[in-house]
Amino acid sequence: MSNSILQIKQISGHSGVAPGANSGAGRQDYTVAKLIDVTTCIGCKACEVACLEWNGYPFRETQFDNTYQTMPDLEWNYYNLIRFNEHTHADNTFQWLMRKDGCMHCADPGCLRACPADGAIVQYTNGIVDFQQDNCIGCQYCVTGCPFDIPRFNPETKKVHKCTLCSDRVGAGLEPACVKACPTGCLHFGSKDDMLDLAEKRVAQIREHTSYKDAGLYDPQGVGGTHVMYVLHDTNNPEAYGGLPKDPRVPWMVKLWKGPLKWLGNFAIVAGIAGTVMHYMRFGPKEVHETQKREGDRP
Amino acid sequence: MTESRAAIRRYTMAERLGHWFAAFVYIYPLLTGLAFYSPHFFWLAVMLGGGPTSRFWHPWVGLLFAASLLWMLGEWGADMRITDADRQWEKAINHYIRNEDDQLPPVGRFNYGQKVFYWVMLFAGTMLLFSGLVLWFPEVLARQAHWLLLLAIFVHVGAALISIGAFIIHVYMGTAMVRGGFTSIVRGEVSPAWAKEHHRLWYDRVTQQAAQTPPKS
Ligand code: HEM
Ligand code: SF4
Ligand code: SF4
Repeated sequence: MSNSILQIKQISGHSGVAPGANSGAGRQDYTVAKLIDVTTCIGCKACEVACLEWNGYPFRETQFDNTYQTMPDLEWNYYNLIRFNEHTHADNTFQWLMRKDGCMHCADPGCLRACPADGAIVQYTNGIVDFQQDNCIGCQYCVTGCPFDIPRFNPETKKVHKCTLCSDRVGAGLEPACVKACPTGCLHFGSKDDMLDLAEKRVAQIREHTSYKDAGLYDPQGVGGTHVMYVLHDTNNPEAYGGLPKDPRVPWMVKLWKGPLKWLGNFAIVAGIAGTVMHYMRFGPKEVHETQKREGDRP
Repeated sequence: MTESRAAIRRYTMAERLGHWFAAFVYIYPLLTGLAFYSPHFFWLAVMLGGGPTSRFWHPWVGLLFAASLLWMLGEWGADMRITDADRQWEKAINHYIRNEDDQLPPVGRFNYGQKVFYWVMLFAGTMLLFSGLVLWFPEVLARQAHWLLLLAIFVHVGAALISIGAFIIHVYMGTAMVRGGFTSIVRGEVSPAWAKEHHRLWYDRVTQQAAQTPPKS
């Protein structure tokens, strides 16, 4: 049962179709999504704790630098971080912007495109992008490929980690741990269609009942849409939420490197080998005839 | 004269061992590098102990390759300098390609093509070394500096492809095309006829030296 929910769609570093991909039996007509309504986030960090507990990681040392950001950044064993941003509006009014940061589970994942290792990154048909540390070679190309700066490297094990969207829970028919822990109902989980629907209603509600007339959904199409989406107070300014890119895309240099350059290089190698074979067929070897040696001998 | 038929020493044991060490420490990073380069080659890493193992050893063995190039510079640097004789030879290189060797001007211990191969390898090896060092520890780079990583990848892949092109020609010539060359880098000896045919100036030099020093036995 759980296997039918986690059907492989594509894997990294693999030529041809991934083994077991789209094998029919569990083909799905829906994908999953998490919807984060930042307008109802109170910054309680319950999701951070739930994430640590479910994944079995220890709580980290907190730091104090006169802000609420007591956890400075995502870490290899800290997939889920509330980013606290003190935002000053044009009219000098002040607002807390709190955003739950973590992997966006892109439909076109830059991490997977960049990864050279066979099966180190897996995208399931339900939209979840998951790292398989057994296959990871620690090259960190995924870090370069990710437009959201998500994957984190563990220098001891030389492996990279990030939010799994609780693929182990979702595979068993449960919601992600963070969603279960959230006390305000700011986190939602379901099919992507349902979440889009919910987001639309929520955005309409915000626009109607508050002064946030630019409230909207963040589901960036530059990466094919994402399976973690935000409802923002102001969609025109995602950067204000601690570096959420306005138009995220897989870096063009990554596309160039993983696309045309690879084919060009492979072609050049094959052409080089073919060239030597053709030279041999046309001209053959250089042989030194030992019998001529006497004539050429010095007196 | 009897000595003129005896085999001529072309490479000392140290030169031959050094050469095959270089060959080994080039080929290992080449194969593992190709695995990282393209999914079509990833099976190479699987054959060589798996992705993580390959990634661990690739840079270390690459360092040895760079070291072996430096060693060659010490050992062969003087022989590899391009001379006027080489420039004459280069003008006639089409004859070499068409196996019309009788129409070629004489050359020394190495011909122009062999010298260019060495300098291309040294150039590519240097580029591979410096770009490789950047790629070895990406974690020290801030995320904003990751474009540097992409730049290093382009340099690394470009240099690798240049070296592969040179290497294909080198292996082809050393095994299939120039008969006697392969034995020379394994056993260290060539026949006088071979030496005269391919490296006339070098042949003249070593035979004159031999004539001046009385035979040992
Ligand atoms: C792997 C890196 C290698 C490097 C950097 C390298 C470098 C060199 C250099 C600098 C020379 C001296 C003259 C020349 O350029 O031809 C040489 C000679 C030679 N190499 Fe390599 N080599 C490598 C691998 C190989 C391999 C794999 C083979 C054959 C299977 C090979 C076969 C030969 C032969 C036959 C010679 C003697 C050519 C002659 O004196 O006529 N080499 N190598
Ligand atoms: S947010 Fe980054 S790590 Fe997550 S799927 Fe997208 S590219 Fe990969
Ligand atoms: S570090 Fe990232 S890109 Fe490299 S093998 Fe691991 S998951 Fe793939």
